[in-house]
Amino acid sequence: MLNYLLFIATMGGLYGLLALSLNLIWGGAGMVNLGLAGFFAVGAYASAIFTTAGHAPIVAGWALAVIAGGFAGLVVTLSTTRLREDYLAIVTLGFAEVVRLVAANEIWLTRGTDGISGIPGPWKSALGPDFNAVYLLIVLAVLGAVFVLVRRIDRSPYGRVLRAIREDAQVAQVAGKPVLRFKAEAFALSAAIAGLAGALYAHFTSYIAPDLFLPLITIYIFLAVAGGGTGRPAGALVGAYLLMLLLESARFFVELVPAISAVQRAALKELLIAVVLILVLRLAPGGVMPERIPTAPRPSTQGKP
Amino acid sequence: MILLQALVNGMVSGTLLAVPAIGFTAMFAVLRFPNFSVSGIATLGAFAGYLAYSAGLQLAGALAAAFVVAGVVGLFLDRVAHLPLVKQGALPAAIASIASGLVLENVIRFGFGNDLRGFDRPIARDMHLGDIRVSPQQLETMGIALALMLAVFAALAFTRIGKAMRASADNPELAALKGIRPQRVAMIASFVGMGLVGIGGMLLGLDSSIDPLTGTRILLSIFAAAVLGGLGSPTGAVLGAWLIGIAEELSVLVVGSPYRTAVGFFAILIVLTLRPRGLLGERAY
Repeated sequence: MLNYLLFIATMGGLYGLLALSLNLIWGGAGMVNLGLAGFFAVGAYASAIFTTAGHAPIVAGWALAVIAGGFAGLVVTLSTTRLREDYLAIVTLGFAEVVRLVAANEIWLTRGTDGISGIPGPWKSALGPDFNAVYLLIVLAVLGAVFVLVRRIDRSPYGRVLRAIREDAQVAQVAGKPVLRFKAEAFALSAAIAGLAGALYAHFTSYIAPDLFLPLITIYIFLAVAGGGTGRPAGALVGAYLLMLLLESARFFVELVPAISAVQRAALKELLIAVVLILVLRLAPGGVMPERIPTAPRPSTQGKP
Repeated sequence: MILLQALVNGMVSGTLLAVPAIGFTAMFAVLRFPNFSVSGIATLGAFAGYLAYSAGLQLAGALAAAFVVAGVVGLFLDRVAHLPLVKQGALPAAIASIASGLVLENVIRFGFGNDLRGFDRPIARDMHLGDIRVSPQQLETMGIALALMLAVFAALAFTRIGKAMRASADNPELAALKGIRPQRVAMIASFVGMGLVGIGGMLLGLDSSIDPLTGTRILLSIFAAAVLGGLGSPTGAVLGAWLIGIAEELSVLVVGSPYRTAVGFFAILIVLTLRPRGLLGERAY
């Protein structure tokens, strides 16, 4: 039971990282990333390969995951930053698909559909049964650090520029802001966070395979961010744990439905999640924690007659 | 010779791909958001056609069933789930459409399982033109696709509603000013666009097999055809579909079949970098 709770809490923390990543660009700059699962996979594979085949220390693997995620983000976003956001939606969706194809077919690098097993966990043999608890603390520490970072960005002049771009990119451009650079940077940072989440995931479960990075994960995270409230980092965190609650209750719920096969149970669960996402978007677009728009400071009256 | 065969195969699959690509691009032109539920709708059309065909209907009847079922469900989803979100922007609508595509996929999985199903079509000997092989079935499905395309283009060019649709796509405010009711145009775009996507799903499944992921597999190719031709341009979608079809067949010769679906992605990246409005598009949105 304790292990189950630790597992849920850790997965919730990883989803929280992904939600912060998505919130940074969706809530922040009004960009979308339908390939979140792809960046998650890039980070997971980068770190897994570097630490197993490359025998690098785990921390180096995580650093590489951040770099690989950010670089992939930059490549994907460069061709679409000038265009309307729906192009980015199409491109990112395709990106996640290509990542999965590469992971499944470049067997020399990724071991194909067999996946990579035996990914080392930090101090795993020394910790023994306490590993899960310690890993949860690590994930929460990383989550806390990333949370502080994105909240700083959110409240800084940089974050204000991003929101200005979200509201009207043309006006931001006229105001002298280099819109393309801001969008590319925000997207790359967001992709780097997703990559880090992937690395943390790989070293937690010690096994990754292409089928673990289905587009469904992206749907989950959109649900977390939309449910928690777009545009607020705290909302993304709340949303991630609400998502965990929903996923687990959906799992218990479909177990209760009598006389259906395993395939039908899985289908029913995915169906429930998708319906909830539509309902949230339709009925509660602000989420549980809607964005607070600070009121503009009144123009100073001093010095006027 | 292998090259020529690949070109012929590419033309055939490209012609089939053009049908859903026209539907997708026409919906984008009128409704202004990329409708990702085409994946689920294509699968739905394929299964509706499959059920009708298994129940003893002729091919034409099965195609009609695919068109109507996909059109009605697509229209319903647009009304209930996607279009109410468009006023918040294209992105919420696009995200909702991914979710509704997932709903359809899983409804079909719930009902039919993950097994592959094939249309039980009469077996016929391949025809040989020199060294090139074509099956009579391929020619038949290709003929159906071409006839459908001609009908769509004729409707866009000559009928009142076709002209209204083009006017509305070009400039919604001006069209509304001229007495064209945007609601009606949007509904017809949803119905016909999704109907074409449904037929496309069935045509592409006709020669191979269908399962709950049929539509998801062709999603990127549909997008690539539409973006390559220029989002919002039906003629562009046809041209794009042929190019994507041929490129996919050629890619099999070069890098092998696993990377077939990656062709669409790289085509999109290249087009957006070099010519964002696509081959025949009038503007990049």
